[in-house]
Amino acid sequence: MFRSKLLVLLLSVEGNCSLKTAIANKVMALEVTQILLNAQSVDGSVRKHAEESLKQFQEQNLSGFLLSLSGELASDEKPVDSRKLAGLILKNALDAKEQHRKFELIQRWLSLDVGVKTQIKTCLLQTLASPIQEARSTASQVIAKVAGIELPQKQWPELIGSLLSNIHQVPVHVKQATLETLGYLCEEVSPDAVEQDQVNKILTAVVQGMNSSEASNDVRLAATRSLYNALGFAQANFTNDMERDYIMRVVCEATLSPEVKIRQAAFECLVSISSSYYEKLAPYMQDIFNITAKAVREDEEPVALQAIEFWSSICDEEIDVLEEYGGDFTTAVSDVPCFYFIKQALPALVPMLLETLLKQEEDQDQDEGAWNLAMAGGTCLGLVARTVGNDIVPLVMPFIEENITKPDWRQREGATYAFGSILEGPSPNQLTPLVNVALNFMLTALTKDPNNHVKDTTAWTLGRIFEFLHGSTMETPIITPANCQQIITVLLQSMKDAPNVAEKACGALYFLAQGFEDVGPSSPLTPYFQEIVQSLLTVTHREDAGESRLRTAAYETLNEVVRCSTDETVPMVLQLVPVIMMELHQTLEEQKLSSDEREKQNELQGLLCGCLQVIIQKLGASDPTRYAFMQYADQIMNQFLRVFACRSATVHEEAMLAIGALAYATGPDFAKYMPDFYKYLEMGLQNFEEYQVCAVTVGVVGDICRALEEKVLPWCDGIMTQLLKDLSSNQLHRSVKPPIFSCFGDISLAIGENFEKYLMYAMPMLQSAAELSSHTSGADDEMIEYTNLLRNGILEAYSGIFQGFKNSPKTQLLIPYAPHILQFLDLIYMEKDMDEVVMKTAIGVLGDLADTLGSNAGSLIQQSLSSKDFLNECLSSDDHLIKESAEWAKLAISRAISV
Amino acid sequence: MAPHDIRRPFKRAAISDQQKRRELSLQRQAQNRTEAQLQARRLASSILSLPNHNSEPQPLESLDLLPEPIVEEPETDAEDISDIDIRQAAKLKGPEARRWFASQLMLPEWMIDVPDRLNCDWYVFARPSGKRCFVVSSNGATVSRLRNGCLLHRFPSALPNGARTKESSRSAQSYCILDCIFHELDQTYYVIDMVCWAGISFYECTAEFRFFWMNSKLVESGACEAPSAHHRYRFSLIPVYNCDHEGLQTAYTGAVPYVKDGLLFYNKHAHYQTGNTPLTLVWKDETCSQYVIDTDNKGQVPNQQQVVLELQDNGQLVTSDDPAVVLGCLNAVFIQETGLHPGNLVRFAVNEGGLTFVDGKLEKADLQCLGKVHRARAFADSYSKIVFQYMVRHSPLRIEHLFASMSMITEKENNTNEMEMVG
Repeated sequence: MFRSKLLVLLLSVEGNCSLKTAIANKVMALEVTQILLNAQSVDGSVRKHAEESLKQFQEQNLSGFLLSLSGELASDEKPVDSRKLAGLILKNALDAKEQHRKFELIQRWLSLDVGVKTQIKTCLLQTLASPIQEARSTASQVIAKVAGIELPQKQWPELIGSLLSNIHQVPVHVKQATLETLGYLCEEVSPDAVEQDQVNKILTAVVQGMNSSEASNDVRLAATRSLYNALGFAQANFTNDMERDYIMRVVCEATLSPEVKIRQAAFECLVSISSSYYEKLAPYMQDIFNITAKAVREDEEPVALQAIEFWSSICDEEIDVLEEYGGDFTTAVSDVPCFYFIKQALPALVPMLLETLLKQEEDQDQDEGAWNLAMAGGTCLGLVARTVGNDIVPLVMPFIEENITKPDWRQREGATYAFGSILEGPSPNQLTPLVNVALNFMLTALTKDPNNHVKDTTAWTLGRIFEFLHGSTMETPIITPANCQQIITVLLQSMKDAPNVAEKACGALYFLAQGFEDVGPSSPLTPYFQEIVQSLLTVTHREDAGESRLRTAAYETLNEVVRCSTDETVPMVLQLVPVIMMELHQTLEEQKLSSDEREKQNELQGLLCGCLQVIIQKLGASDPTRYAFMQYADQIMNQFLRVFACRSATVHEEAMLAIGALAYATGPDFAKYMPDFYKYLEMGLQNFEEYQVCAVTVGVVGDICRALEEKVLPWCDGIMTQLLKDLSSNQLHRSVKPPIFSCFGDISLAIGENFEKYLMYAMPMLQSAAELSSHTSGADDEMIEYTNLLRNGILEAYSGIFQGFKNSPKTQLLIPYAPHILQFLDLIYMEKDMDEVVMKTAIGVLGDLADTLGSNAGSLIQQSLSSKDFLNECLSSDDHLIKESAEWAKLAISRAISV
Repeated sequence: MAPHDIRRPFKRAAISDQQKRRELSLQRQAQNRTEAQLQARRLASSILSLPNHNSEPQPLESLDLLPEPIVEEPETDAEDISDIDIRQAAKLKGPEARRWFASQLMLPEWMIDVPDRLNCDWYVFARPSGKRCFVVSSNGATVSRLRNGCLLHRFPSALPNGARTKESSRSAQSYCILDCIFHELDQTYYVIDMVCWAGISFYECTAEFRFFWMNSKLVESGACEAPSAHHRYRFSLIPVYNCDHEGLQTAYTGAVPYVKDGLLFYNKHAHYQTGNTPLTLVWKDETCSQYVIDTDNKGQVPNQQQVVLELQDNGQLVTSDDPAVVLGCLNAVFIQETGLHPGNLVRFAVNEGGLTFVDGKLEKADLQCLGKVHRARAFADSYSKIVFQYMVRHSPLRIEHLFASMSMITEKENNTNEMEMVG
């Protein structure tokens, strides 16, 4: 499919190289400056006209168009504005955000005439020497885009050499532009597309440019920013002690530059090094600590923030490594050892972070975009606690005790924030006694403290207490019959406080409810259930519920309270259905909305649909409550359909999720909704742009298949058509494709041998996807994970199809596909990187194949390379799901070969 | 190249509720898909694994890499029959049908002593008087067959796929097998067990589970409603009790809409096991059954107990149990004179000498040959039946014994507790 498209592209471009092109090019070149200026005109009609001319030019003569743009950019006689726009259009002609578009642009560039491309590239390189800074900078970016396309194709091999050939002789501004270009280039190009000797040249030039001996700050800044991108290329250089020492010394020196932007950029490099080269850092940690501590205490905020980020980033690394250890220190399962940098730095690091906590800004809790020293320091403290666990507690407790009762709100808030930050990491045994002492204080502070900021942090801290120290797995409960009522009273009271405080109180209640999830038939929340629900609904109606995410938080909490409720409160959950439906109804009655109001309406509908989904899933989970709920099914479905009619992506998704739950609860009766619902189902399957919507809809198709069984048949032609289109689309996000395959299985299982007519489409798709999934050798973890997902989808499709055809006279239709499927199973088995899910599904397919095809499959299975080994391995698996599937396969196979 | 944004989430839960809902939905869908697949497989495997005494499932070792020469297996009727599934079996006729159906029912043993933990592990209910039969609904029709395979009724019913109606366009896989007793007086099928429902096999399920499903599904289907054009016979559930003092009392004396024929005891944990099983038991006395002592074919109680045994190749006379119990032996001359063949069922009278037990085991039987039995009969008597009938005539196991065993169990448990506390 790709190939044919590519061919068309190639043909259309080839027709362009002619004399005619050259003439048109000349004519346009004369006018292009004016058109580019017009395209930035304040006059809308002039602008529009110019944009159309550009579009026409591009469509009629791409080569000429690009040539004249590069000429425009290169010419110092042209106005800055037309040069900048020319560069920008060039850049956009080489790259796009959407993957499919990007791919098309790459192919288009590669197929251009070589002479044209050379001419454009010459213009670009020439622009780097321009006295105009904007022109140089634009050219840098375009060069990087071209390099991003050409270097992986082994084209433009002379680029890096020519950039660096006379770097020491050129004027300062050219040097700066060259280094900037190298930076962009490293951002665009993957490290494996550049030879090591070229990498060495780039790094040498960049690090030299950063050196304190470099007189120009502009050059030094450009070099430091370029190093940030070039670090990914430096794998080999970082394993060489001398080179690494040199790079580290230069970076550390740059953090002491008198120019703040250079210091900031140098710290950014350190942050990047901390994650890319964690295991190489040991010799430098003492120096880095001194540098960062000085920056945190004395430097300007942008620099200090990067310095804190360095430690947060080290925490990230160590948390990952320690998680891979999984508490088992005897066997080294991780490639990277843990150097316990945080543990070693702890006595100095913690006081430094605690100091930052007192540097809060007024009203930072109301400002969505705020990010300051106190926030960064507190966040880092939380990460440190997760990294070192118990060790942090004695270092932080004195700070809390000293400050928590001080008259200055900053001290009370800082102390509370410190307490909240260390609640994740240390063991519950260590924390629970402290929390038992603190809890009463916190509850009082939440009601009585005069400062909004303190109350915000107090409510957040209560939420953290419930999140990490309350639940069925805790040895000592934090919440007891003695304090439960008080806690709930305080939280419900706080929901009437300012929006930011109320939002945190909702969050605390969320985790309070979550902790009672597995409490058994009787929940301590039951006596308060009605009151809690009522309070949350009241919050959603607050005039200021739009601030601080308050309304969303209230609904999320309501959802969690419902999810974690027990049978005792089923009648009250049931009563909630008409209440939420009424709310949804009201949103549907509003008309003639401004676009702002419409957006709010859509958001609210999303929240309400989400809430209904949770309720449906809760009540649908057992027979008696399901029957009780069914009285509302018609009305609810009707409202969902009206929500769809309002059309908005997020509502669409929420309503779709809710409908999946409804289909599951309704069973075969869902058939009556299909005539009205179908068009929206189709719309969801066509939504390539918002792939989440598409993915959710695919899941709902599965729900409907299981609910309707063979009654889904009348809708299958349309559904299958959409699914096949989705699979063939290169616009659709790849994560949606595995579930689409699984969905084939759902459909076949529902309609049985009626799937016959889709076989000729579905089977080749499955077959080529199976082949595609086998060309991933040497892939990274992400690719392996995707391959497993894809294979699982393919295998679930095969399972569903075989089971669907079982006992049908048409099973012989499947026989031709069996050899390929068995080869696919062989391949999966022999590649050895399948996960448990794929293993279970794969061995199940072997059984289904044997079961449905019977004796026809017997000899094929006996001839297959690895069926026997695969089966034996699964039979001896520790995973009972794999074992169960394997037992089934064994039974089916022994029967197939005994007939 | 602008500075890089390093903001981290602050005082926020890392995951959105919408994302959580999405994930929970996906989990539910994945779970439902797995269940749908398992269901499809369970159905298939229940057909595959219908008890198949003559041909063992192929051992795994034969899964060889080299194709094996296809060996024609010696054809015997028995093997053919054991391979077919219930829907095909419904079409079988004569001895084949008899043999097939006979091997499908779970047959209670007669209670000749009281099982341990009767009051904990067992259910009890009053057995309706009538014909034990299999009721199979499939392809829009319902068929009932007696224990010997003879067709009892063919009729439309409200069971899944049990009648040709518009609503029941179910797949061929959707069929039901119920273990019933047809009660002539009110023309009702009393359902005593459920083997398959709507294609789902219950063979591998405990009695507790089967009874639970039977109760909910049968009512749901409408099969318990009054007869109509698409539903010729009413099906009815039987009240099942935990076999404690009260439950036993209710089953024994409580009023039921049908004529009682003894009590049935089901072990709660037992799967549906075809053939004779000690995990279901039948017990009778005059209070709860008109037919405590076996009658002859004229409906009269014979003076002497009669037993039916199967003649083996070596002349031994055996019961229908598996393994069979040998009650005696005929010499070759006698066999030749009477024209008996191995495999024949032969009726005997128990003579004065009776049955002699040593340590609870039968040691000796004084039997007198009466001749071959009617050919509609499929089985010899079971050992437990012979012993129960013998006990009825000599020293019956009375209801008081059953009640007494319960108080004994309670006492025993109390004793154990005390001992533990002392120890």
